[in-house]
Amino acid sequence: MRTVAVVGASLAGLSAARALRKQGYDGRLVLIGDEPHRPYDRPPLSKEFLAGRVGEADLALEADGEDLGAEWLLGVRATGLDRADRSVRLADGRTLRADGIVIATGAAARTLPGSEGLAGVHTLRTLDDARALRDELARGGRLVVIGGGFIGAEVASTAYALGLDVTVIEAAPTPLAGPLGEAMGGIVSALHADHGVRLLCGVGVKGLSGERRVDAVLLEDGRSVPADTVVVGVGARPCVEWLEGSGVALDNGVTCGADGRTSLAGVVAVGDCANWYDPHTGSHRRVEHWTGALERPAAAVATLLAHGATEPGVPRPPYFWSDQYGVKIQFVGHAAGADSVTVEEGATDERSFLAVYRRAGTPVAVLGMNQPRLFTRWRKQFTA
Amino acid sequence: MMIPVCRLADLPRGEAYRLDIEPPVAVFHTEDGEVLAIDDTCTHQDASLADGWLEGCEVECPLHASKFDLRTGAVDAPPAKLPVRTHQVVVDDGMIYVRPSEAAPNLPPCVAARLGAGGPA
Ligand SMILES: Cc1cc2nc3c(=O)[nH]c(=O)nc-3n(C[C@H](O)[C@H](O)[C@H](O)COP(=O)(O)OP(=O)(O)OC[C@H]3O[C@@H](n4cnc5c(N)ncnc54)[C@H](O)[C@@H]3O)c2cc1C
Ligand code: FES
Repeated sequence: MRTVAVVGASLAGLSAARALRKQGYDGRLVLIGDEPHRPYDRPPLSKEFLAGRVGEADLALEADGEDLGAEWLLGVRATGLDRADRSVRLADGRTLRADGIVIATGAAARTLPGSEGLAGVHTLRTLDDARALRDELARGGRLVVIGGGFIGAEVASTAYALGLDVTVIEAAPTPLAGPLGEAMGGIVSALHADHGVRLLCGVGVKGLSGERRVDAVLLEDGRSVPADTVVVGVGARPCVEWLEGSGVALDNGVTCGADGRTSLAGVVAVGDCANWYDPHTGSHRRVEHWTGALERPAAAVATLLAHGATEPGVPRPPYFWSDQYGVKIQFVGHAAGADSVTVEEGATDERSFLAVYRRAGTPVAVLGMNQPRLFTRWRKQFTA
Repeated sequence: MMIPVCRLADLPRGEAYRLDIEPPVAVFHTEDGEVLAIDDTCTHQDASLADGWLEGCEVECPLHASKFDLRTGAVDAPPAKLPVRTHQVVVDDGMIYVRPSEAAPNLPPCVAARLGAGGPA
C-alpha cells in the first residue's frame, strides 16, 4: 500500500492516521478536511469553550510537535469517490488516487427548515458555530434551546451558568429517553428544573418568528416562547452525500462491519459517519460518541492494512459522558432492550448515584451521575 | 519537605490515596507492591486520578480514559496532552511520605483558572 487517503480531519480521521503509523504503515498519508482548522476537540464546544473557560489553543487534538509525516489538505471538501481506481475527487478539481481510503467525515448538525437567514438562530457542531454562539450568548437575554438531548442540555446548562434566561423545548414526553430509557431520562433531565431552567416537553416546534432576527419560537399547541437567541439541537446526520453513487453501501451513514470494512475493498469507515455491525445487538448502529471515534479506527486500519484478511474483534460497548450543571454524567452499554433499572449506589434526588440496567438479570448498561470512581469500576467489568 | 501520607498497611495493593494538599497528589500502591505518587488532577479536566483505574504502572483517568504512566507521568493518548508531575515517595517505618515535586504542575485550564486568583496558575 503506497497511498492512504483519510477523508475527514477530526477525531476519527486523526485517530486513523495515528493508528496507521503505529501499525507500521510508512507510505504516503493524506488527510483531507473541509474545515480550515487542524483537528480539534468538539466536546468542549458546548461546555468549557462556550463558557469561555478554555480557549481555541486548548481544543487542539494533536500534541505539541506531533508529526505524522502526513500531507494535510485542509479547507477542501471531498465531493466524490471513484471505485474504478479508488480515487477521491476534491471540490477544487483535484483528484487523489489512493490504495486505501478511510472515510471519517463525521456528522453535521440538523437544522430547522425555514430558519435559514434568520439572525440569532444557531446550531452547534463546529468551532465556527461555537465562536458565533459564544459571542451571541455574551449579549445575555432569553435563550430557547430546541431539543433536550445531550447537546441541547449542555448548551442550556452553560448558558444558565452565564446568566441567561433559558427554556428547553423537547418534542418527546421525556428527554433522553432514547439513550437512557424513560426513568433515567427523566431523572437526568430534572437537572434543568433544579436550576430554574424551563423544560417544555411533549410539544413540537411549528416554526420561528422574527423579521431579520428571531424573536420567538412558535409551538404546535399555539404557544409562542419569546427568544433573543435560539439553539437548534435536534441531532446530527451523517456526512455521506459525497459517497452517493460510489458503490459504497449507505444507510444512515456508511454501512460497515464491526471493523469498519465497507462494501468496497480497500475502503473503511470510522467515527460518527459509520453505521457498523454490532455483534452485541445483532444489528447496525451509528454511535455519535467521542470514545468510539478515538478507539475504533485502530481496528479499521488493521483491516485496511491486512487487505481485509483480519477477523473483526468484538467491539467494546459504547461509552459516553456529558457535563451538565456541574454534574458528571457517564454511560456505558446499551439501554435499549433492558427490562429493569436499579439504583445500586447513592440517591437519585441527590444527583449522585449509579444505576445498572439489566436484561434477564444480566447487566447491559450502567449510568453514573457524579460517581466517576464507581462508574469506572463498572465500565472495566463491562469491557473485560 | 516530606509530607506524611498514611500507613502502608492502610493502603492495600491496587488502591490509591488522595493527599489533600494544593494541588492534590495521588499515591498508588500497585499490584506489584510499588508505591508511586503523581499529581491527582488530570491534565485534561478536573478529574481525580485516584478515582481512576490502576493497571500495572498506569492509571486510566475516570472521565475520558487518557492513561498516565505512574513512573514518568507521561500520557498515552488524547484528550489529555500534557504529562502529570511525579513525586518522590519514601516508605519509612511503615509510613508513606511524599516529597512534592518543585516543577510547575500541568493543571487543566479550568482548574488553573480557578486557582489563578490565589496560588500559582
Ligand atoms: C458540541 C458537541 C459536544 C459533544 N460532547 C460530547 C461528549 O460530551 N461526550 C461524547 O462522548 N461525545 C461528545 N460529542 C461527540 C463527539 O465530538 C463526536 O462523536 C466526534 O467528534 C466524532 O468524530 P468524527 O471524527 O467521527 O466526526 P466529526 O468530529 O464530525 O469530524 C468529521 C470531519 O469531517 C469533515 N467533513 C465532512 N464532510 C467532508 C467532506 N466531504 N470532505 C472533507 N471533510 C469533510 C467535517 O467538517 C469534520 O471536520 C460532542 C459533539 C459535539 C458537536
Ligand atoms: S479529565 Fe482526564 S482524560 Fe479528561
